[in-house]
Parts: sequence; structure tokens; C-alpha cells
Amino acid sequence: MIEAVGPIKRKFAPWDDPTLKPFIRFENVTKRFGDFTAVDNLTLDIYEREFFALLGPSGCGKTTLMRMLAGFEQPTEGRILLDGKDLSGIPPYKRPVNMMFQSYALFPHMTVEGNIAFGLKQEGMDTSNINTRVAEMLELVKLEKFAKRKPHQLSGGQRQRVALARSLAKRPKVLLLDEPLGALDRKLREETQFELMDIQMELGMTFLIVTHDQEEAMTVSDRIAVMNHGIIAQIGTASEIYEQPASRYVADFVGDINLIDGTVTAVDDDNVTLHCAGVDATIVAEAGAGEVAVGAEAGFAIRPEKVQISLEAPPAGTPNVLSGEVWDIGYLGDISVYRVRLAGGSIVKATVANLTRIVERPITWEDKVYLTWPADAGVILLK
Amino acid sequence: MNKSTSWFNITSLVFGFAFLYVPILILVVYSFNASKLVTVWGGFSTQWYVELVHDQAIIDAAWVTIRVGIISASFATVLGTMAALVLDRYRKFHGRALFSGMVYAPLVMPEVITGLSLLLLFVAIGFDRGFWAVVIAHTTLTMCFVAVVVQSRLVTLDRSLEEAALDLGCPPVKTFFLITLPLILPGVVAGWMLAFTLSLDDLVIASFNTGPGATTLPIKIYSMVRLGVTPEINAISTILISVIAVGVIAASVLSHRSQVEKEKAERAVFLAG
Repeated sequence: MIEAVGPIKRKFAPWDDPTLKPFIRFENVTKRFGDFTAVDNLTLDIYEREFFALLGPSGCGKTTLMRMLAGFEQPTEGRILLDGKDLSGIPPYKRPVNMMFQSYALFPHMTVEGNIAFGLKQEGMDTSNINTRVAEMLELVKLEKFAKRKPHQLSGGQRQRVALARSLAKRPKVLLLDEPLGALDRKLREETQFELMDIQMELGMTFLIVTHDQEEAMTVSDRIAVMNHGIIAQIGTASEIYEQPASRYVADFVGDINLIDGTVTAVDDDNVTLHCAGVDATIVAEAGAGEVAVGAEAGFAIRPEKVQISLEAPPAGTPNVLSGEVWDIGYLGDISVYRVRLAGGSIVKATVANLTRIVERPITWEDKVYLTWPADAGVILLK
Repeated sequence: MNKSTSWFNITSLVFGFAFLYVPILILVVYSFNASKLVTVWGGFSTQWYVELVHDQAIIDAAWVTIRVGIISASFATVLGTMAALVLDRYRKFHGRALFSGMVYAPLVMPEVITGLSLLLLFVAIGFDRGFWAVVIAHTTLTMCFVAVVVQSRLVTLDRSLEEAALDLGCPPVKTFFLITLPLILPGVVAGWMLAFTLSLDDLVIASFNTGPGATTLPIKIYSMVRLGVTPEINAISTILISVIAVGVIAASVLSHRSQVEKEKAERAVFLAG
């Protein structure tokens, strides 16, 4: 059953428009806890109506960054601007920002209605308007029947919706989501991701999500900032980050990657030739970010799904060929993963979509196979 | 653990409980004695309870005790809750270790010393000994017990609940009354009951600080006993024991039940998926 959803997502790229002012701006923000630097001289612009994700492993500073925007932490250095206004010194209860907490933080002594109405009451809104807004919010998250329940009488998924409704009720300029779907199981998480996107488009708000789940970040957000040790490793759309990772860290953190080390032997216009002594091969690929010089140590990065696996040797003179034997096969239903052991002993992964229902696959364990890929399928990454 | 009952275990149990409760049991039984002689059983009677009601001095002392208990327990609850909040919330301030040690010191301080030092203080500042001196002394004695009970409740409170309230536009003081206080209320009430009970049965500190017209029940009983134990004293002691038992049991049930309810709710949701 597929319901028709709101407006179709058009091309949305305010970050490419130099005339637009950013809506949220972190300006040289540093946050230290004692000796530990959680956020290190970080500058970041987020635009109005954007769905922005902060992605990174735990301890990378993403949650601290969000808590500084909410007002629970003060930057040690630098400042945060919202709609051109400096937020420093403004306490959390006066910021036009609401947050959905990882633990949901629902008030256990209030009903679902009471929880959603809480923020509106603080605003001094009159009762009839509060009731209308609460009803709207309950409808938005499809919890009309549960208005009178207490949080402990709800399932995890329902609690998550109440938390979302509560944080949206005040129509904040920015909604902050701290690992919002972390506690949900996989199926529910996927559904909720799409619902979040619909809600964001319907309400036209700016959403900032913190997550360590790369699939979640890639599904919901317009742009992603990959963070590591308090700095931003790369900012870009999901496809930019996946297809053109700026560093080994990003390539490795987002998705699955094969990395082959080598030495640069030639550089022309757009292509770099890499001699990989470890696997005894020469690879020609597009240069990634950064200047590449002859003689430099570099790595060739390619996603497993872009590697083609074949039993037949390609015609002589074909560039970018690796050969090895099938070491392991993982059958995942929709795809199969082949782990191929190269001459030097290193392993390269190749995934193949299972387009037919034939159970017997032509390639099996210990077969000698050839791995090839188009010239633009991978990128060169410096150390 | 050895599950079968051995003679040793049964003996330990019997002796242990005998030591604890035989004296109290005898007192309760003899309060219903018809005979005027305390050690001779003369049949069942409730006459001493009736007599008690007509003894104006005892009624007055009981009334003073209850007023001291309610007022000092209320002061102690406010102060103890505040101390618990500070100890739980401000993890890093200068002298925190000293402060937390000092809040709990009266727990183990000999009552004679607490009583004596308060007496010296009241004399030094020229504060009249009497009703309010006893109230202040009992507040000092009991607030640390409240702090312990409330703090154990605060430890289990999710800090993000308060952050969520702030985030939704609720200023800090209002957040305390709308979110924090309702959630720690079982601890606060249990602390109050404990403080009230402690105030009710205190003799030492009260006798140091009491004055004319502020005779509490324990002081009254003590002075009556010096003239010989009468069945009337057994009766009044029985009433005191009942009140204190009810208070202590209610306090522990209250804090236990909220814990059980929380676990039950969590289990129910877990099963519901």
C-alpha cells in the first residue's frame, strides 16, 4: 500500500547560491571539556529549509555541536549565529530551536497531550489554540487514539512519535534531532526516515539531525557533514560524499570501500597513473581532492559494487585489471559479495546484484577471476 | 546457600527477633493490663488508654510533639531537598567533598553532642530555649536524612527531562516545580515521614533545648518513669510505637512502590514491543 505523499522533492541546493545567507552559522566554534577538545575551530553554514545531517562515530563532537545550538553548552571560543543573530548568552528556554532527545525525554507524569502541550503553555498560548495545535500534531504523527495515555503505556515507536510531535508543536525555526531513530528496529526506522522527510517538507522547517548511521544520514538529508575528532572531514550531498570522498577516513566511514595503496607514476590532465607494487598492477583513475604529484604515495579507492567480476580474461591491453581467486562468497539475498584474494594476499570485495533466481551461481569458491572497472569508477586518495 | 532449615538457622532467627521485639511486645501486652502493678497480669483492660485521654499534661506534651514534628520535618524537607539537589547537580564546585561530608555528618554524630552544641549556640545568641529552639534543633538533626533519601531518588532521574523542559521554553525554577519535583516527590514525602518520625522519638536533643511550656512526649515519659513505671506509660508508649511504625512502613512502601511501578511499566512496554 503506497500513499501519495506531499510535494515531490525538487532540486534544492541553496548552498550553491552565493547570494543566499546561511540560516545557521557556526563561526570558528571550539568547545573544550577540560583537556579534551570536543569541537575544534569548526565553521559550518546551514541554509533555511535544509535537512542537514551531522554524521560521525561516537565522540566525534557532533552531539556537542548540536547541544551548543540548543543552548545546553556554551562554546569555549567562536560564536553561533541563527538567522543573523548571535546566540551567545541566550539561555535554552529563549532560543527558537527545539530538540528531539535521543532518550525521547517524555515527561512520565503527563499524558501524551500534556507532553505536546507543554511547550505551548510556556509560550502563554490560550487554551483553545493549544487544543487545536495539539490535535494537529497528533494527526501529523498519527497518534490521535493515544492522546490520553501516559508515556509508559506506549511502545518505543509511539514514544518516538510523541517526542517528535512535542518538539514540532512550537513550530521552531530549527528542529534538532539527536539520534532520533536509534532505539527503533530496522523496518520501523526505514519507514520513519521517509516520514521525517515528508514532515520536514510539509512544515518547511530546517532540520539538523545527529546520527552515527550513514544510511540514515544519506536517506533523509540534503547535505551531510562527516565529522571526526571535532572537525568536519567533508561536507556534501549524500552522493558527493559517497562517490567523491575527500579522504580515506570519509571513504572508509561511509559505505564499504576497497583501498589499494601505490605510488603515483604519471599525472596528466585528469588522470593519475598509480603503480601498486603490493598487488603488482597499474591503475589509472581520476584524481580526487588535493594536488597529486609524481612519486607521491596514494591510494586507489573503489566501491565494491563498481568492481566487475568475470571468469574470462579481458582482452590484452585493457587497463585496470586485477586477478585473483575467490576466497569467500556472502549471499545477502539482493546481492552477493565476493571476496577476491589478489596475488599479494590482499582482499578486494566485489558485489553483484542477484538479478535472476538461479540458485547456482557461475562463479564459485577458488575460481580464478578477473576484476575490472571503468576508468571513472574509483578515485585517488592521498594519505 | 543452604536451603534446608537447620537448627542453627532457626535458633538464630528466634534469638534475633526475640532480642529485637520481646521488650516491645511485653510493653504492648502490659499496656492492656487491668492491674495497677506493672509486673502482675490482672486481666485485659483498656482503662489506661481511657485515663490517658483525660491526662491534660500528656495531651499537651503530645500536641507539642506533633507540632514540633510537623514544622521541623517540613523545614528539614525543604533544606534537605535543596542540599540533595546541589550535591546531585553541581558535580564540580570548590569544597564539594567537604560539603557532602558535612551534610551527612549529623547521621553519625552522637546526639548528646548535637544537642549540647545547639544549646551553646542558642545561649550564645540569646535565643530563648523552648518550642522554636526544639524545632530548629530537630531540623538540624533530620535534614541530613532527607538529603540522603532525596538524593537516591535524584540519581535515577534522567537529566534530559529537565533539558527537554528548558528546551520547550520553561525557565529553570518553573522546570523544578513542573518536572523535577513531581518526579522526585515519592522521595521527598518519604524523607518528610522519616524526619517526622525521628523528631517524634527524640529525647536527647529535645531535652537540651526545651524550655517551659515546650515539654515533648519523650521528655514527659522520661520524667514520669523516674517516679516509677505506670501502666499509663505502657499505653502511651504503645501509641507512639504504632505511630512511628506506620510512618516508617509508609515511607518505605512509598519509595519501594514507585520503583516497582516503574519496573512494571518498563516490562509491559518491553513485552508490547
